[in-house]
Amino acid sequence: MKYQSQLVAKPYFIAALALFFGQIVFGLVAGMQFLDGTFLFSAAHFNIVRMTHTNLLIVWLLMAFMGAAYYIVPEEAQTELYSPKLALITFWVFLIAAALTVVGYLLVPYAHLAAITGNAIVPTMGRGYLEQPLPTKIGIVLVALSLLFNVTMTLIKGRKTSINLILVGALCGLALLFLPSFYFPEDTVKASYSWWWIVHGWVEGDWELILGALLGFILIKMTGVDREIVEKWLYIIMAMVLISGLVGIGHHYYYIGAPAYWIWLGSIFSAMEPIPFILLIAFAFKMLFQRRREHPNKAAMLWAMGTPIMAFLGAGVWGFMITLAPAQYYIHGTNFTAAHGHLAFFGAYAMVSMAIISYTMPMLRGREANSVKAQHWEMTGFWIMVLSMIGIALALTGAGIVTAFLQRSGADPMGFMQVQDRARVFFWGREIAGASFFTGLLVYLRSFFIKGEYQYTGEVKRALAT
Amino acid sequence: MAGPGPAHYGHFIMQTALTDDRLQQSRGQPLPGDFAIWVFIFAELTVFGVLFVAYAFTRSAHVDLFNASQLTLNRTYGFANTLLLLTSSYFVVRALRAIKAGRHTACGNWIAGALGLGAMFLLLKLVEFHQDFARGITLSANLFYMFYLSLTFFHFMHVAMGMVILAVVAVKAYAGRYTADNHTGVETGASYWHMVDLVWILLFALVYVIH
Repeated sequence: MKYQSQLVAKPYFIAALALFFGQIVFGLVAGMQFLDGTFLFSAAHFNIVRMTHTNLLIVWLLMAFMGAAYYIVPEEAQTELYSPKLALITFWVFLIAAALTVVGYLLVPYAHLAAITGNAIVPTMGRGYLEQPLPTKIGIVLVALSLLFNVTMTLIKGRKTSINLILVGALCGLALLFLPSFYFPEDTVKASYSWWWIVHGWVEGDWELILGALLGFILIKMTGVDREIVEKWLYIIMAMVLISGLVGIGHHYYYIGAPAYWIWLGSIFSAMEPIPFILLIAFAFKMLFQRRREHPNKAAMLWAMGTPIMAFLGAGVWGFMITLAPAQYYIHGTNFTAAHGHLAFFGAYAMVSMAIISYTMPMLRGREANSVKAQHWEMTGFWIMVLSMIGIALALTGAGIVTAFLQRSGADPMGFMQVQDRARVFFWGREIAGASFFTGLLVYLRSFFIKGEYQYTGEVKRALAT
Repeated sequence: MAGPGPAHYGHFIMQTALTDDRLQQSRGQPLPGDFAIWVFIFAELTVFGVLFVAYAFTRSAHVDLFNASQLTLNRTYGFANTLLLLTSSYFVVRALRAIKAGRHTACGNWIAGALGLGAMFLLLKLVEFHQDFARGITLSANLFYMFYLSLTFFHFMHVAMGMVILAVVAVKAYAGRYTADNHTGVETGASYWHMVDLVWILLFALVYVIH
C-alpha cells in the first residue's frame, strides 16, 4: 500500500464480506422454503427472503467495487485520494441505509413500507432487484455521486492510466444505468424495458468493464508484466464487451413487448457474449505464464485465475444455453435461469470482488501477503465455494429441465406446484450444495482471523529442506 | 467482385512476409502488426461469421422473400462503396510501403487519403440509409430488411472504428513516430482496415448480389 488514504477501502471490504454472509444466510432460508413452504412462515415470507437475498448481493458487490475503486484509483493515479473523509462518511451512509432497508423489509409489511417511504409520490418499488424504498434509492444515487466526485478529483490531479480511465468510466456508467430505477410508468412494457436496462446493463456491459479493470490491476501488480501489454488486452476485451453486450442485452426485449426483430438481434448478439470471457481467460493465463515474479500471495492469484474461468462457465456457457430464442421459449424463467444467475453472479462478480479483497486486504493490514496457514484456509474456502456453486447450478439446471418438460413442452402441461413437487430432489440437491457453500464461506472468513504474515526466510528454508 | 480481394491480400501478405531481411523476422513474428489486433480480428470475424450463418440459414427458409427484397436494394451505391473501400485498402498498402522506405509524411498522406475514402463510404451509406427509410424499409419490414439493416449498420460502425484507428496512425505518422524499422502501429491499423474491407466484400456479395 503506497498511499495512506487507500486505507478507506478496508471498511468497505469488511462490510462487503459481512453483507455477503447475510446474503448466503437468506439464500439458505429461501432454499429451505422451497422444500418446506411453512418454514419460518410467520417470521419471514419467501418473497421477502428472496428479495433480501438478491438485494444484499447487489449491495455487497457495490460495496466491494467501491472499496476497490478507493484502493486502486489513488495507487494508479500516484496520489492520495482527494478526500478520504468523504469516502468514510459515504461508507457509513451506505451501510446504515442498507441496514435500515433490510430491517424495513423484515419488520414492516412491504405495502406498508411503500406507503411510509413516499412510494405514492415517486413510484419506484416492486421490480426485481429494485425493491428498495425511495429514500434508499436516493441514498444510492448520493453515494454514487460522492464516489464519482472523489475518484474523478483524484484522477484529475494524478496520473491517468488506462486502468483508472476504464474503472472510473465504468463507475460513471454504473451510476447512470441506475437512474431508470426512478422511471416506473404504469405501462408494463415501458416499465419492464427501463427495468431491464439497469441490472442487465450492469452485468452484460458495464460491470464487465469493472471486472476487466480490477483483474488488469491485480495482474499488473502480481505478475510484473508490462502495463502496456495488459492495457492492450483490456482495450480489446472492452471493445468485445461493448460490441456483443450493447445489442446482446436485447435478448428479452421481444418478450417484454419490443418488435419481433429483437428475437434475431438479441439471440445473435447475446450468443457472442461469451467471447469477451474467452478473451479474459486467454488474457489472465497469458499474463500468468509471462510473469516476471513469484508473488507470495498465492490465494489472490488463485482467485484471479479462477474468476475468468468461472465467469466464462456461468455467464458464457450457462448464459448461452438459455439465450437463443428457441431455448428461451422453453426454459426462460425456469430454474435454469436461476442456475445461470447464481453461477454468473458468483463466477464473475463475487469472485472478482474476492480476488481484489484477497490481494489488497493483507496490504491494508500492513503486510504483503498472509501467512501460509491463512492462505491455506483461504484457498480451501475457494475450492469449497467454487465446487458448491457448481453443485447449486447443476441442481437448479436439473429443476429447470424438469419444468421445461413437464410444464412448458408437454401436450398436457402440469400445474406449477405439481412440477415443483416433481423437481423436489433437485431442490434438495441445491440446499445441500448451498449448505456446503456456507461451510466454504465460513472457512474463507476464518482465514481473515489467522494472524501473521508470509515469512520469506521460513518458506525458503522449508523449500530447501524438502 | 470477390476477384480483386484475395489477390490483393495475397500480395499484401507476400510483401510483408517475404521482402528481404524480414524473412528472418517472420519466423519469430509471422503476423504483421501487433498480435493483439489479430486476436481482435479473429473475434470480430467470428461475430460477422455468426451473422452471415444466421443470414444464410434464414434465407434458405425464405428464398423468394429474400430474392424479391434484394432487388429493391441500390446496387449502384453498394458497388461504388465496394470500390471506395478497395481503393482505400490500396492506399493503406501504399502507406505501409512508404513507411518501410522511411517516408513518414508520405505514409501519413496515404492514410489521410484512405480516411477520405472511408468518409465517402460513410456518407454514401448514410444517403442510402436515408433513401431506404424514406421507402419504408425498417427493421420490422421483413426478415431480409432486418438482416440487411443490421448487417450494414454493424459494418458501418466498424468502418467508423477503423477510421478512428487510422486517424491515430496518421497523426503519429505525421509526427514522425514511425520509422522504416519501427512501424508496427501502421501494420496494426492496416490489418484492421483490411478486415473491415474484407467483411464488406463478403457482405456486398451476400446481401446485395448473390441470388
